[in-house]
Amino acid sequence: MPSVASNQATTGAPAQDGQLREMTMGQAIREALAEELRRDPLVFIMGEDVAEAGTPFKVLSGLVEEFGPQRIIDSPISEAGISGLGVGAAMTGMRPVIDIMFGDFLGLAMDQIVNQAAKVHYMSGGKLRVPLVIRTTLGATRRTAAQHSQSLHAWVSHIPGLKVALPSTPYDAKGLLKTAIRDENPVVFFEDKMMYTLKGQVPVDDYTIPFGVADIKRVGSDITLVATSSMVQIALAAAEQLQTLGISAEVIDPRTTFPLDAQTLIASAMKTSRAIVIDEGYEQYGVTAELAAIIADGAFYHLDAPVKRLGAMNVPVPFSPVLEDQTVPTPPAVVALAKTLCGRV
Amino acid sequence: MQQTQPGGPVPPGGPVPPGGPVPPNVPPSPNVPPSPSASPPDGLERPNATVVSHSAETARWLQCYRQMAQIRYFEDQVDDLYNTARMPGLAHLYSGEEAIAVGVCAALRRDDFITSTHRGHGHCLAKGASIDRMFAELLGKASGYCKGKGGSMHIADQETGNLGANAIVGGSAGIATGAAFSSKMRGTDQVAVCFFGEGALGQGMLYEVMNMAALWKLPILYVCENNLYNEYTSYAETTAGTIAARATAFGIPSAVIDGQDIRAVYATAEQMVAQARAGQGPAFIQANTYRYYGHHVGDIARTYYRSKEEETFWRTQRDPIALLGDWLVSTGQADAAQLEAIHATARAEVQAGVEFGLNAPFPEISEVTQDVYA
Repeated sequence: MPSVASNQATTGAPAQDGQLREMTMGQAIREALAEELRRDPLVFIMGEDVAEAGTPFKVLSGLVEEFGPQRIIDSPISEAGISGLGVGAAMTGMRPVIDIMFGDFLGLAMDQIVNQAAKVHYMSGGKLRVPLVIRTTLGATRRTAAQHSQSLHAWVSHIPGLKVALPSTPYDAKGLLKTAIRDENPVVFFEDKMMYTLKGQVPVDDYTIPFGVADIKRVGSDITLVATSSMVQIALAAAEQLQTLGISAEVIDPRTTFPLDAQTLIASAMKTSRAIVIDEGYEQYGVTAELAAIIADGAFYHLDAPVKRLGAMNVPVPFSPVLEDQTVPTPPAVVALAKTLCGRV
Repeated sequence: MQQTQPGGPVPPGGPVPPGGPVPPNVPPSPNVPPSPSASPPDGLERPNATVVSHSAETARWLQCYRQMAQIRYFEDQVDDLYNTARMPGLAHLYSGEEAIAVGVCAALRRDDFITSTHRGHGHCLAKGASIDRMFAELLGKASGYCKGKGGSMHIADQETGNLGANAIVGGSAGIATGAAFSSKMRGTDQVAVCFFGEGALGQGMLYEVMNMAALWKLPILYVCENNLYNEYTSYAETTAGTIAARATAFGIPSAVIDGQDIRAVYATAEQMVAQARAGQGPAFIQANTYRYYGHHVGDIARTYYRSKEEETFWRTQRDPIALLGDWLVSTGQADAAQLEAIHATARAEVQAGVEFGLNAPFPEISEVTQDVYA
């Protein structure tokens, strides 16, 4: 079942009419924020070093100049406090975008995200709403060791009441972020810090991408590679190599872990009869396990091999580059596993 | 506000008018002398014709007296429901602390915000929640404030500015501060009040948001109800330094007051709320008080952490309802019969409320998956 926003290009060129420009993922995110700040005066950004510094990744550079320090707000280093403040502001009419610089720092804010933001709507019998966006990062191989490199999206994907988006292209990043800001629910938005400089085509005109619609990044017939965020490029590189071996790989990006487009994942696995799920979160009890279970259940009678998983190694992310590079799935690892599943060893 | 309307019906013919008791921030018409034939300005029915001075101020104190009595009978009734196994779950009773919620909320407008705690029934009622829908919620019924999905520790009612009781100690400090931030950003003059017990002083986030409130001059009042016990442990064992010094560290004005004296509570809150509304930033109240019951309804054997003598002292010497009543009588603003009539009315309202709750239907089973997402 192809998604309504599917496209074929590896860096997310949209399959729709209209003018396109090339920009980086960081620029696409900044443009999404700027457009939503212009569109809705209730939107504001709060976080550490978000104003003049534009964050350490420079993703927000220029926003404070246009929107002023009243809406682009440098906060104390208080992840719990700014998340909680965001919940209260969202409950009373604002649309906060809270910046949590590194996903690892979610640990400091988890009570506010999990026990407050996620539950307010339900606990109040549907009366109160929390239209809050938490923007944060994931991804290893930046040589920043165990407390600045984790991919912790499984934590929040586990919690009913939260939505979780994790884009893999500039096009997806812009469209999903605009959807997140307009959503009436708390959304945790994960950006791969290593992909801010990835370039891709982005429309000039306003657009959004609905949550819960997977994108087929590459069409194939022999094996399905379900990949998220940072792992989409890994899967696409692996698919290129597999092509030279005569194996046609389909690459699918769910784009949101909740809501999840299970149907597209299952349909692809039913078509190809094999699937590997690739995600940069820890493999144990992680996103790969959930997605693999959904595919195994939904496509059981069509599978020719067990659904396999590739996640981050179950160790704290080490500093030394030679060690760190061992912990993350790579194209050769995907290729080797795919060959095994296809009986090509 | 973008929130939707509450779903539960208001019972027809109940003793509590739709929308709850008359909000304390709507004073009776001032400068109108009371007429023996007309309804008294505070809306209270009085069985005899004894009329005392009825200034607007007196009317406010009588309204406060009535609300404190309502909360007291409400909590007595909750205790009874629990002890007779008619109420599921837990309840943390506010008895003994009524003057704080009522005194602070008397200084608020209906559209001002509060956040509350696991010991929150008093705050919710004082801000204007209706007794019957409160009981319905405590009993898990569809007509409760949260359709039965929140229960005792999660009463929320945006119609009265109540952003919710919270079962995480200190968990609502961010929400209250965010509401104050929102008020400032939206350019309204709404004030937020964050109620919390002294146990929340152990939570780091409280200090994170107090710092931001002071930095950004947010219109918020932090109200620390020091009932002397963090659950089952004396606060003296858990709290270094003084409580008010925590506010001083952030440059937040503070007051340490007798939380059993509603006149002190109201006077302090009124001034601080006015200053917050005028853009002068946050303030902090330490209200010293006492919890008559245990940490929760099941905490009956308490002598390992506090003496019966101590409990008796507070109940007999420092009761906030008796203190206000004695003052009203001694100053000629009310007589004993009038106060007894208020008690009788409050008892009847609570009785009607609990009957409403007991008789109300449970939610449809299909509700379990509703309201996870907006």
